[in-house]
Amino acid sequence: MADFQSIYTQVQVSGPPEAGVPVPPGGLPREGKPFLTYWLGKIGNAQIGPIYLGYTGVFSIVFGIIAIEIIGLNMWASVGWDPIQFVRQLPWLALEPPAPEYGLSIPPMNEGGWWLLAGFFLTASILLWWVRTYRRALELGMGTHVAWAFLSAIWLYLVLGFIRPLAMGSWGEAVPFGILPHLDWTAAFSIRYGNLFYNPFHALSIVFLYGSTLLFAMHGATILSVYRYGGEREIEQSTDRGTAAERAALFWRWTMGFNATMESIHRWAWWFAVLTTLTGGIGILLSGTVVDNWYLWAVKHDFAPVYPDVLPAVQDPSAVSGAMQ
Amino acid sequence: MKLGIGISAAIAVVAILTIAMLTMAGWDRPPIEAVQSGFRGVGLEQVFNPRDVRDQLDANEVPEPFWPLEDVDMTTPKAGEIYENVEVLGHLPDDQFNRLMSALTEWVVGDAAACDYCHDTANFADGSMYTYQVSRNMLKMTQYLNSEWAENHVYPTEGASGVTCYTCHRGQPVPPAIWFEDTRPATGIVGNFTGQNTPSEPAALSSLPFDPYTPFLEKDQDIRVHTLTALPSGNESTIQQTEYTYSLMMHMSTSLGVNCTYCHNSRAFYKWEQVPPQRASAWYGIRMVRDLNNDWLVPLQPLYPDNRLGPNGDAPKANCTTCHYNVYKPFFGENVTGPYPSLMQPGPTREANLRVE
Repeated sequence: MADFQSIYTQVQVSGPPEAGVPVPPGGLPREGKPFLTYWLGKIGNAQIGPIYLGYTGVFSIVFGIIAIEIIGLNMWASVGWDPIQFVRQLPWLALEPPAPEYGLSIPPMNEGGWWLLAGFFLTASILLWWVRTYRRALELGMGTHVAWAFLSAIWLYLVLGFIRPLAMGSWGEAVPFGILPHLDWTAAFSIRYGNLFYNPFHALSIVFLYGSTLLFAMHGATILSVYRYGGEREIEQSTDRGTAAERAALFWRWTMGFNATMESIHRWAWWFAVLTTLTGGIGILLSGTVVDNWYLWAVKHDFAPVYPDVLPAVQDPSAVSGAMQ
Repeated sequence: MKLGIGISAAIAVVAILTIAMLTMAGWDRPPIEAVQSGFRGVGLEQVFNPRDVRDQLDANEVPEPFWPLEDVDMTTPKAGEIYENVEVLGHLPDDQFNRLMSALTEWVVGDAAACDYCHDTANFADGSMYTYQVSRNMLKMTQYLNSEWAENHVYPTEGASGVTCYTCHRGQPVPPAIWFEDTRPATGIVGNFTGQNTPSEPAALSSLPFDPYTPFLEKDQDIRVHTLTALPSGNESTIQQTEYTYSLMMHMSTSLGVNCTYCHNSRAFYKWEQVPPQRASAWYGIRMVRDLNNDWLVPLQPLYPDNRLGPNGDAPKANCTTCHYNVYKPFFGENVTGPYPSLMQPGPTREANLRVE
């Protein structure tokens, strides 16, 4: 019996590749001659291609490549065009935003101009790709859930690199393009704004992030565990008794008293994922614009716990009168 | 079959992680010990590996004096009466003077008999070698440190370390831990480092700024970046400033061999309530190093030959590691000044000795 294609399955469907329905007039054609690969068939569909790019897809890829080129070439230049150092130091290298003194003005290219340009092309690329996910969904007669979920991630990206810097009046507030440097930025951001763990939107974002992984694990495990009853074929089963669907539901009802439905579990997952970046973006946007020290904000609103004093009192030497500065 | 694939994959993952753990920096095999220093649950604790501490103890032994202080013959004539051109230590009896000269030659050159490192041995009074002039200033600096910074940082009289030449030099003419300006200015139209984004020695090889010394230990840029009110109240400290502060703090943490929580309550780094008292000592330490660099070390620049200067032609300077060598107190707090009271304060020509020549 042929089965769905996964790492658990030895059987793969093999036959002439599926070309799909014709593209409506006015669009670009789907690209690439479709082919089958056995190993990708182990983790998904064995057929690769064709891919529909369209104008938004083509420009998205072109702009994306331009952005990555600007970032990568600046990184490479910073190590004197040494290919070995470029590879060795790649995690450390970065393209930094303009220094704070430039505010929102346009700085010289090597003082942040390249960052602005890379940011423009990367943002254009991402937004075009968003349009593409929206329009592809409509073309297929689908809902636009993927596009809106993607937009939630784009919201966080735009807050970090565009909206909050605008609100603060300085491109220098934005995140550098780089692997370790963006993590240093994150740590410094938390310290500058008095410990981001006291930011309630940061806390919500963590709840939804960890909640997403939990829901993903629960859902994935549930469906795989009723695979022997055909659980992956959800809809045709959902109204029948004794099916994979009912067993999966009963497992959770009898384990924790409540069960999601075949439909609602996907809403749970979608909202948790979407709210992760939505609340995260709000938390970042409020830092420095509305709240400047989250620890003191938490003290003010009585949710920073108070611990007993067990250490001898220490006075800030700079506050002692007559002390040196 | 499936089981076999699973087991092979698991073994491969474990093997890769093990190799990574053994070969990559920053991994440490057990035991790791933690000592709590504040209220439970707030993470005020020090983490260390006893193996490393044993190595550090071996590397931080204080050299024995050539002979004990009580055996020094204080009745010998004053050095200033016997020799010419003895400016800093002329008030010492000859025996004490020679004992200190031998000791400091051992400390700085690694060989007590290497008088010729600083002296023309045909004429010991000749002060033309640069090493002679630097040494004289360094002697004054040591006396200055042990007297002017006694209460707030070096504590030579309270059973704590104090400072001798050996504290920094460790038997080498150039102390192993010194720093030079590291500017790496932007050249051309691409590839600006912007002061960071390459493995940073001071900041534990992170991509934080690679020269936190110039702004904080030579110049006196603001280290503090926090706002002391919940809502914005005019503090314009930037993320970049915060990264510089962070880099300096990483240097301090590394140079003292301690966690952030040795001095800070990490829930609110700026707060002075509920932090251990050593934070005040560290605060003074930063000012002390700044003082040393500006008033004692930078002014020596014209004396040095080119090979002792940094890439920008600047004089070698001190930071926390210069004395601490990754230990919370130099020599784990063992007193080094006791056998050498002449290093504790300037001699009778005190005013003259409180400046660089």
